[in-house]
Amino acid sequence: MVTIENLTKYYGPVLAVDSVSFEVAKGEVVGFLGPNAAGKTTTMRVITCYLKPTSGTVSVAGYDIYKHPVEVRKRIGYLPENNPLYPEMNVVDYLNYIAELRQVPAAERSRRVKEMIGITGLEDVLWKDIGELSRGYRQRVGLAQSMVHDPDILIFDEPTSGLDPNQIIEIRKLIREIGREKTVILSTHILPEVSATCDRVLIINDARLVASGTTDELINRAKGADVVTAVIKGPEEAVYQALREADFVGEFRKIKEEPEGEEAWLSLEIESTSGDIREKLFRLVVEKNWSMRELKLEKMSLEEVFAKLTTS
Amino acid sequence: MKNAITVARKEFRTYFESPIAYIFITAFLLLVNFLYLWTFFVTGQADMRPFFGFMPFVFLFLVPSITMRLWAEERKMGTLEVLLTLPVQEREVVLGKFIASFLFLLVMLALTFNIPLLVGVLGDPDWGTIICGYLGCLLMGASYLAIGLFASAISDNQIVAFILAIAICTAMLIVGEWFFLILVPDVFVPFFNFLGLGTHFESMGRGVIDTRDLLYYISVIGVFLYLNVNTVENRTWV
Repeated sequence: MVTIENLTKYYGPVLAVDSVSFEVAKGEVVGFLGPNAAGKTTTMRVITCYLKPTSGTVSVAGYDIYKHPVEVRKRIGYLPENNPLYPEMNVVDYLNYIAELRQVPAAERSRRVKEMIGITGLEDVLWKDIGELSRGYRQRVGLAQSMVHDPDILIFDEPTSGLDPNQIIEIRKLIREIGREKTVILSTHILPEVSATCDRVLIINDARLVASGTTDELINRAKGADVVTAVIKGPEEAVYQALREADFVGEFRKIKEEPEGEEAWLSLEIESTSGDIREKLFRLVVEKNWSMRELKLEKMSLEEVFAKLTTS
Repeated sequence: MKNAITVARKEFRTYFESPIAYIFITAFLLLVNFLYLWTFFVTGQADMRPFFGFMPFVFLFLVPSITMRLWAEERKMGTLEVLLTLPVQEREVVLGKFIASFLFLLVMLALTFNIPLLVGVLGDPDWGTIICGYLGCLLMGASYLAIGLFASAISDNQIVAFILAIAICTAMLIVGEWFFLILVPDVFVPFFNFLGLGTHFESMGRGVIDTRDLLYYISVIGVFLYLNVNTVENRTWV
């Protein structure tokens, strides 16, 4: 649906996007993840034909952005960063205006606008000026605007920035619903957002694409061995001895010990050599007649993956 | 063209969304009525020559304030990013905004109807001259609008756009005025005189329609709208 090859964009001498290539398939929900000023917005602006790239090719639904910018724009719904709107217009007038410029046929226009109002829950503020609306409502107006022409591709630049937690949950739910039928590309620097809404993640840092894949894939790629934390009570030296001898245990280290002394609970971080070792570890502890209070397989979070990929 | 009309309709409505438009029109009407009646009772002549005489200078401040918002505000608010990623062409948007500002000017000029009415009641004016003068006002005003619209597109600050438009309009106006022409060598006088925005208006104010004057105004409008389309297409500010 969207194909980008070697996209490069300079702002004067500043490199904003450095030969980025990726593809987004029909029906996919792709999250564009990266720190601020990584090049997310620039990439989106190129796809929507707002900016001309310095080099590289971009095609949307088979149309080249240089040759057929109007065809490309027809197929895209776009919610820019900060959701710019005309404060002096009311919601209905604004949506009608956008629908008209979006070439929604006059006969369907009011039906489409009504539908959008229903989907985004704007019924209560129809005749209010946009300038008077709360951020949450304005974001919904922005979403309604982007979908009024029933586009195949939706591009949302930081769709939840500036919203409160409840509004964020609502907007994410809405995006997930939209993503069932449409191709969605959204950008964010909030990690849980990606796990909550996207099928696939593209991590962009310092103008380059550093990783791409599903959340699980990225986590698997970024982490080393599985790590288990266990809190065990037993004679300290004997515990260490047993762990050293067990073939399923790689490296291990003590995180803390409480209370100090003979009867201490040892918190241990244990690397596995063979997948999930929780059961084996449990049996070992039982066999030795020690006690166990906690046993947890540490999952690397997307935060850690992200930090690992964007700081190296 | 359909898109241009959609944009024009929205922009024209936006003018009247804020009370500034009404204050602005009232101030304009008070000003021109005052300026006109002042000379009217002094000269005691039932024609509108003085009215058309001061129009180029009234427009100098009036017209840039009509256009200053049109691009600068969209750039500042970021709404241009939505507008220019819709399936519309830049030239359609430029044309739409120009049409809207022109209609606003038309409304303002139409509201000065009391002056020809007064002249008609008190005397027996040459209606041809008056109609021709108004036509000249529209053409000259449209040229100022095209300049002002262009100035608005190269800044994201309305005040900068306003001052820039006044600067360009003033420069284009004074090159044709006597107080500038006495400073230039004689051989260039006809050239600068022709370039002046007011020169072509003077003859229309006297009731003369010359195709050269029409062509002049149409060229000025065309050139500045073209520059405007270019500026918006390149959008070097993003």
